[in-house]
Formats: sequence, C-alpha cells, structure tokens
Amino acid sequence: MNTFYDLIVVGAGPAGLAAACSAAQAGLKVLLLDEFMKPGGRLLGQLHQEPGGAWWNGIREAELLVLGARNAGAHIQTGVSVTGLNRTSDNSWTIWTNQGCYHAPFVLLATGAAESANPLPGWTLPGVMSIGAAQVMTNVQRVRVGNRGVVIGMSVLAMAIVSELRLAGINLAAIVLPPGNALSGNASDPEAVLGSLLRFADLAPSAMLKYGAKLLQSSMLRKLALTFFPKQGIRMLDVPLQLRRCAIEIVGRDAVEGVLIADVTARGEPIAGSERIVEADFVCIAGGLYPLAELAAVAGCPFRYVPELGGHVPVHGENMQTPLPGLYVAGNITGVESAKVAIAQGTVAGLSIAINAAAKKAPGEAEVKDAMAQVKRTRSEALIQFHPDIARSRAKLYQTEIV
Amino acid sequence: MMSYGRIEHHPVLGPLPPAETCSFSYDGRLYKAREGESIAAALLAGGVRTLRLHEENGSPRGIYCNIGHCMECRVTIGGITGVRACLTPVKEGMDVRSGTVLPTPFRQMAEDERSPSL
Ligand SMILES: Cc1cc2nc3c(=O)[nH]c(=O)nc-3n(C[C@H](O)[C@H](O)[C@H](O)COP(=O)(O)OP(=O)(O)OC[C@H]3O[C@@H](n4cnc5c(N)ncnc54)[C@H](O)[C@@H]3O)c2cc1C
Ligand code: FES
Repeated sequence: MNTFYDLIVVGAGPAGLAAACSAAQAGLKVLLLDEFMKPGGRLLGQLHQEPGGAWWNGIREAELLVLGARNAGAHIQTGVSVTGLNRTSDNSWTIWTNQGCYHAPFVLLATGAAESANPLPGWTLPGVMSIGAAQVMTNVQRVRVGNRGVVIGMSVLAMAIVSELRLAGINLAAIVLPPGNALSGNASDPEAVLGSLLRFADLAPSAMLKYGAKLLQSSMLRKLALTFFPKQGIRMLDVPLQLRRCAIEIVGRDAVEGVLIADVTARGEPIAGSERIVEADFVCIAGGLYPLAELAAVAGCPFRYVPELGGHVPVHGENMQTPLPGLYVAGNITGVESAKVAIAQGTVAGLSIAINAAAKKAPGEAEVKDAMAQVKRTRSEALIQFHPDIARSRAKLYQTEIV
Repeated sequence: MMSYGRIEHHPVLGPLPPAETCSFSYDGRLYKAREGESIAAALLAGGVRTLRLHEENGSPRGIYCNIGHCMECRVTIGGITGVRACLTPVKEGMDVRSGTVLPTPFRQMAEDERSPSL
C-alpha cells in the first residue's frame, strides 16, 4: 500500500480504463481503484447492435480495455470503495478508502453516472429495481430477475435495456409511464415522451416509431397521434409500449405481485375508473441518469448545473482538468453520454495528466488536441444520444469555464 | 420459495461460462453460488429477494440498483453490518445475515401525545 503512484484513477469504467492506459503508456505509475467486483463499469452490462449489424458486447469491450491498461503497466484493484479525498500540504492528494489511504500527486475521478428514480407507492417492495439493475443481473450476473415484469418509464436507457431483457428471454407484460408527481416532470407527459421516443426510434424497433419519426416532428401531429394511440399500446419486441397508461402503485405483500395501472388522457392525467392490476413478479423503474460526482464535491471542486449533461457537473476544461491542482475528471461524471465517448474522454485525461506530470514519454500538445477532436467525432456518431443538445452545452461549458 | 434461476443460454453472449461453485449461508440456510459472483446474484438465483427488514418499520427490502449506489441491499457478514450484497463476492463458508428491525428509542412523539406545555 505504500507503493508510490503518480496517478490514482477512481473508477475502472471505460473512462478510467482508457485514461489509465494512456497515462501508463506515457510512463506514469498508475493505480486504478473500483468498488465493483470486476473492472469495466457500466460498460459490462451493455449489449446492443450497431447500425452496421455488429454487436457491441460490453463484456468483451471491457476485457479489451482492461488488457490495454494492464499491458501498459497500470495496476487495477477492485472491491475498493473510495470515500473521500483531500489535498495535503506536500502538493499531493490523499485518497480515503474502505481499505486504507493512498497518496498521489494526480487524481482522476471517473466515477460515472447513477440512475435517478421515479418513486411511486410500493417501490420499496423486493422485486422492484432500477432498470440498470435488471441489465446487470441479466447480462453480467446471468441471473433471471423474474418471470414477468413491468417497466415504468420510457427513456433511451429503458428502450435499450428492454431489448436486452427480451434477448435473454425475460418476459415483460408492459411498459407504462410513471405517475405524474413532483419528481416525474416530463417523464409522465405522453407528448414529451413520444417526442423523445422518436429520437431513438432505432433502439425501439417498432414500425410506428421508425416511420413515424419524420412524420411526427410537429407537435400538432404528435398530439393527433396520441389521441389515436391504442390504449393497449403498440408492440415493441413483443412488449406493449403503453403511452396512454401510467403506473399508480406497485402492489404486493412481501414482494411484488403486480402493478396498479390506469389509462391517462393525452396530457397524462389518470382517468378515474380505468384502474386495473397487471400481474408481475418484478418491476423495473426507469428514471434518468445523472453524473455521480460526490467525490468531486468532497474534494472542493466547483460545480455547474447543466441539464443537458444530466445535472450538476464538476467544472472542467476540454482537457478534463478541474480548477483544483492535480484533479481531473472524465467520463459520465462530466455529463451523461455513451461508453465510446467516455473512452475518448479518458484518453484525453490520461494524455493531459501525462503532460502536466512531465512523464518520461509525455505526448505533445498536438496529440492531446487530436484526442479532443476524437471526443467530438465520437459524440457526433454516438448511437445513444442521452440528450439532443450535448454538443452545444459542452461547447458552452468549455468556452465559459476557462481552467 | 420460487427460484428464478440462471440464464444458461444467451443468443449473443453464448452459454453461461463454467465456474467453480461454493456454498455460503444466509440466515443459517445453505445456498450455492458461482465462485466470484455477488451475494445478491447468488441469493436471487436461489429464489431469495428479501435481504433485510427495514430497521424502523420492518418492511421487506431487496436490491434496487445492483451496482452499489443505493445501499438498499445491506446485510451483515461475519458480524460486520451495512455490507452491500450487490458489491460483495461470495466466499466459501461465508455467514450472511439479513437486517432486522432495531429498537428506535428516539421516535418522535405524535402531536396528541405531547404535554400541553410543549
Ligand atoms: C445502470 C446504467 C446503465 C447504463 N447503460 C448504458 C447503455 O446500455 N448504453 C450506453 O451507451 N450507456 C449506458 N450507460 C451510461 C454509462 O454511464 C456510459 O455508457 C459509460 O459506462 C460511462 O463510463 P464511465 O467510465 O464514465 O463510468 P462507469 O462505466 O459508470 O464506471 C464508473 C466506475 O466507477 C466505480 N466507482 C464509482 N464510485 C466509486 C467509488 N466511490 N469508489 C470506487 N469505485 C467507484 C464504479 O464501480 C464503476 O465501475 C449506463 C449507465 C448506468 C448508470
Ligand atoms: S442494490 Fe443498491 S447498493 Fe446494492
């Protein structure tokens, strides 16, 4: 534990692994810490088909990144939770973990994102889980989450994971809207949800969404489509996508037994008398994702609120440096995007840390510029766009925040 | 108890890779696990969803996020409380205990229980 490291990376997801690889290749001694059992982060659970037809298999992609980081000389330690960090008088950082302290002059926080929930009555019953939990249980742990589920919430993540659950043979009774309440916001408004569903029509393989995408760009036509939207929903991968139904309550005594649902008006208000129970033994709640940035706050990093990026993000420059000396951020902690963007950002962070640390084989500024251009290219080609205005909000963040 | 079991065959990920098995106990009952998998995964595969009772009101709780963020899955292992079952790999012979209702001596009084002078 007393080994000296130049850089400690918190989080062995795609961003942390890519950063560890490029920093170690430049000659830095790198330690990567992660609290999960396996390195790979949220990449491990991902499984989808690229537009060309090839499968993006997160487990395999993670293995390649781990191999790259290890071959470059980085040390990876799993099962270690980082609980805090502070700057010490000798221009170094102390990292506090559940297994003792570590020290290094440079720290990269690559802790990723977390799921926000849309709570509703009954959501603490065993068998209710976040949609991401079902993804990991299915693709990583290979354990069946149940026999018949209901998904509450329709987001890009939900649609991607519904396809994955179906692929694994998990049955879903319905996908319904969350109940309208102070927390659900647009997520329970059928028109807003339909608008966002159209943005990821490719992930929701349904003829109506695919061919409707162009047609339904106007709000007036969307309203019309909703008026005629069948109550029983349209089928997507054999699961009814019910834009005109919402969950009211999850019912069960010791575990989930069903979901009380109701028809809603085109504006999302439940229609009295339309309530009924859908039987299910598990429920997936699909909220949104937000940057998991507590450690940056503990370190004293300033934040900005950028809704397009998922919420509060630590202030940082395009080179991933924060205003605090030696502290960097990369991946979803800087804003919610897909894993390929996280990898590209990790490379930028690793290279700029190597320059700042005057590493033996430090890259030139041109190499960092190339890596930054690669982030933008990857972003524009990303299959899953978590928000339509990511590129614009990033440009604004990097111009206004001069680090 | 109903067992949901494992996804043995997957059209893209292929067959479940072979793994050593080990056994552990949960509230004194024996369960099997695949070497290296989380306590939460092993228990779910064995049909167990309830990992604890809420400390105050006794309502049953299981995993929620499955990746260490929510703390809903906390169990006691070898006397250490508050261990996340979704992040902790099973080890042979592990003694896992669920959480139960705890005494809550500082419960706030209801309005009508208060003395009029307060
Ligand atoms: C549940 C979930 C499902 C997702 N599914 C998809 C999907 O299907 N497709 C898609 O494109 N994107 C998905 N995403 C977005 C995903 O965040 C990115 O694709 C990508 O994985 C982000 O990479 P990252 O390296 O920034 O973070 P992550 O991949 O999240 O990795 C962060 C790592 O940091 C570790 N960590 C966090 N805090 C600590 C701490 N305090 N101490 C130690 N270790 C810590 C975590 O264990 C994790 O391994 C999902 C996100 C979530 C939360
Ligand atoms: S299920 Fe959320 S921390 Fe374990």
